[in-house]
Amino acid sequence: MKQRSLIYRRGIDIVIRLISSLAALFGMAMLGWILSIVLLKGLPAINWEFFTELPAPPGMPGGGLANAIVGTLMITLLAGVIGVPIGLAAGVWLAEFGQQSKTAETIRFAANLLMGTPSIIIGVFIYVIMVMTTGNFSGIAGAVSLAVIMLPVVARTTEDILSLVPSALREAALALGVPRWKATLGVVFRAAKSGLLTGVLLAVARVSGETAPLLFTALNSPFWPESANEPTANLTVTIFNYAMSPYDDWQTLAWGASLLIAAGVLGTTILTRGFLWYRSK
Amino acid sequence: MEFGALSSVYGTLVSTAIGMLIAVPLSLVIALFLVEIAPPSVSRFVGGAIELLAAIPSIIYGMWGLFVFAPFMADHVQPWLASIAPGMPLFQGPPMGIGMLSAGIILALMVLPFITSVTRDVFQMVPAVVKESAYGMGSTTWEVTRKVTIPYGIQGVVGACFLGLGRAIGETMAVTFVIGNRHEISTSLFAAGNSIASTLANEFTEASDDLYLAALIELGLVLFGVTLVLQLVARWWLRRTARKLGAVR
Amino acid sequence: MQTATTITQSHHQPRPFPLSTTKAADLTQPAQVKIATRGLNFYYDDQQALFDNDLEIATNKVTAIIGPSGCGKSTHLRTYNRIFELYRGQRVSGEVLLDGQSVLDGNCDVLELRRKIGMIFQKPTPFPMSVFDNIAYGLKQHYHINRSELRDRVEKALQQAALWDDVKDKLNQPGTALSGGQQQRLCIARAIAVEPEILLMDEPTSAIDPVATARIEELVDTLKECYTIVIVTHNMQQAARISDFTAFFYKGEIIEFGATDKIFTNPDNPKTQDYITGRFG
Repeated sequence: MKQRSLIYRRGIDIVIRLISSLAALFGMAMLGWILSIVLLKGLPAINWEFFTELPAPPGMPGGGLANAIVGTLMITLLAGVIGVPIGLAAGVWLAEFGQQSKTAETIRFAANLLMGTPSIIIGVFIYVIMVMTTGNFSGIAGAVSLAVIMLPVVARTTEDILSLVPSALREAALALGVPRWKATLGVVFRAAKSGLLTGVLLAVARVSGETAPLLFTALNSPFWPESANEPTANLTVTIFNYAMSPYDDWQTLAWGASLLIAAGVLGTTILTRGFLWYRSK
Repeated sequence: MEFGALSSVYGTLVSTAIGMLIAVPLSLVIALFLVEIAPPSVSRFVGGAIELLAAIPSIIYGMWGLFVFAPFMADHVQPWLASIAPGMPLFQGPPMGIGMLSAGIILALMVLPFITSVTRDVFQMVPAVVKESAYGMGSTTWEVTRKVTIPYGIQGVVGACFLGLGRAIGETMAVTFVIGNRHEISTSLFAAGNSIASTLANEFTEASDDLYLAALIELGLVLFGVTLVLQLVARWWLRRTARKLGAVR
Repeated sequence: MQTATTITQSHHQPRPFPLSTTKAADLTQPAQVKIATRGLNFYYDDQQALFDNDLEIATNKVTAIIGPSGCGKSTHLRTYNRIFELYRGQRVSGEVLLDGQSVLDGNCDVLELRRKIGMIFQKPTPFPMSVFDNIAYGLKQHYHINRSELRDRVEKALQQAALWDDVKDKLNQPGTALSGGQQQRLCIARAIAVEPEILLMDEPTSAIDPVATARIEELVDTLKECYTIVIVTHNMQQAARISDFTAFFYKGEIIEFGATDKIFTNPDNPKTQDYITGRFG
């Protein structure tokens, strides 16, 4: 029985450590590469006109994406107004009332499935039920499809955060003779306030960067959004359209819009994560 | 098969396969780094950065893929691949940058954070005392990982891969930007193609007649069905695993 | 829990005092010392856990380490095979000598050190593999070994651990399918398969029922023919039953060390007396 070489065994170990460190470095490098490109290519496009003017026809100097910025804010806000209350309510129900019941388990399961459904499928679905029936693309259809994407995320996060609230707190409120719904709203909700806020912010940030569900719902438009009932300009679909165009100044605008979207989504994500981390310390 | 459905299905399968082939081993070794190798502060930082990869909107991946990564592939990676494997049918044709290979690599980047984070959690579920006793036998870190940690968590890792697969299959924008959007099937990975999601993204608003639109909606249903089945399998598998691990501890 | 007397009657012959019994210092001649610690200090970050531990472990004897919980028993044991090095912020100063050679300095190969020093933990730790592979694990790791020899070694180790009759028909079943007591003997078999010189046992019976505990105590008694055994235990009767020497730890210091019979009948230190008689701890 010959002993294995310790040098060989150690060598393999070191090689694997090296590979795995390099892989981690590779992941970081890709992140750095993508972010720095977005910054480098996007910054030159950012100026006063970018935020204040309508897009110019190709070849014409100047022009901005003011309409798309407003449109994205509008659609996201509308999506939040629709999705957040329903999501919160669903989460509260799951955590406080549904708990381990069969109905609650089924809803949880459905929420998980919905979370994993490709966003373009949500777009197709909303197209079929809203655009085909009304006969026109609209900002509201875009907002509804974003809300559908947001819904399961908000519901599950709410449930997770509420279940972290110690049950003693809940019981203390109930022991005072407060009805269940009042205990939930008054005590449990208050205790979980900042957690809920960050959860909602993360969900809103995530959908604000979505493109696929807007492609055939909100569509896009070169004009100011005047009503939610017509095709609405938005940043992400604009990026897609302009990037695919052959015009240099449109592509530059697309980079500017990419920077804006990336900064918004990643900024919110980092800030809220940082806040959560800071609080947990 | 009208309206390019066959090439879409083919493109979805091939680009996803490339993505998973790259993402799975990469995620495994990154999770290993985060759990076993890096000191806690480094692990937290790198882990956070990897999670940030998941937060980047897919349209940003698309922009970067089309304008930066595809030219990089065309100038450096594809000529190199063609030169090390001359005559290989997979690496035929002009190095255009855009195409199946680039789409697959970007998909790998996009699902990597999901698989990594589940794998990391699974690795962390291995009880410290079991690892200690493996180290106590005089094993190196790699030996402990290969013989104890991975067997302990393999089922969770498989579940994570299914979830990642579901994401890769349905990914739309990044793929639409770089896959090239061509309704033809080619054996070469350098060739442009399309996927179900990219076909939907490109052609849905242009579908002029009802039959065309119906075909596209049908294609969407196929995609929905596939991701649904994948998720059901993944959830069932992960649940089974959690129960099993629970019984072990 | 059985009383000390029934155990003694069932399988213990009365044994002569192993060596002279008066003071720790002249207990052992140099040739018989397997492990010695000199001025051993241990720190968890800034918190010192061991203070100037001087201890000598006699070859082929059972040495018990007793003391109230949190007194540093396990910490002391974990310096012998340097398993504490897995964790950041744990450090040691002073000396641990194995056969007169330092185990803490750079010349000592930790993989080889751990092959020579097997360790058994509080909870059974079967690896996620078959019974056979559990035992073969260390052998395959350390040696080039052919199949038939492997089979022989595995059988021998299982027989030494008094487990062969229980598991010879279950070699391909997962190690986790065995009962708790069997799992712990599986871990002992796994440790002795690589023919170590020393077995460290960190409260090996604390998670096991009394009948299985008795079997493991029996096993310890037979194993000391071949191995030097150090056992940490919070169970004083157990220490009295199975050990030749006993060290009493209190707040990281070694209060008293000597022959077990002496420690349990006529300790020098009043603190030892108090602990033995159950006045604290």
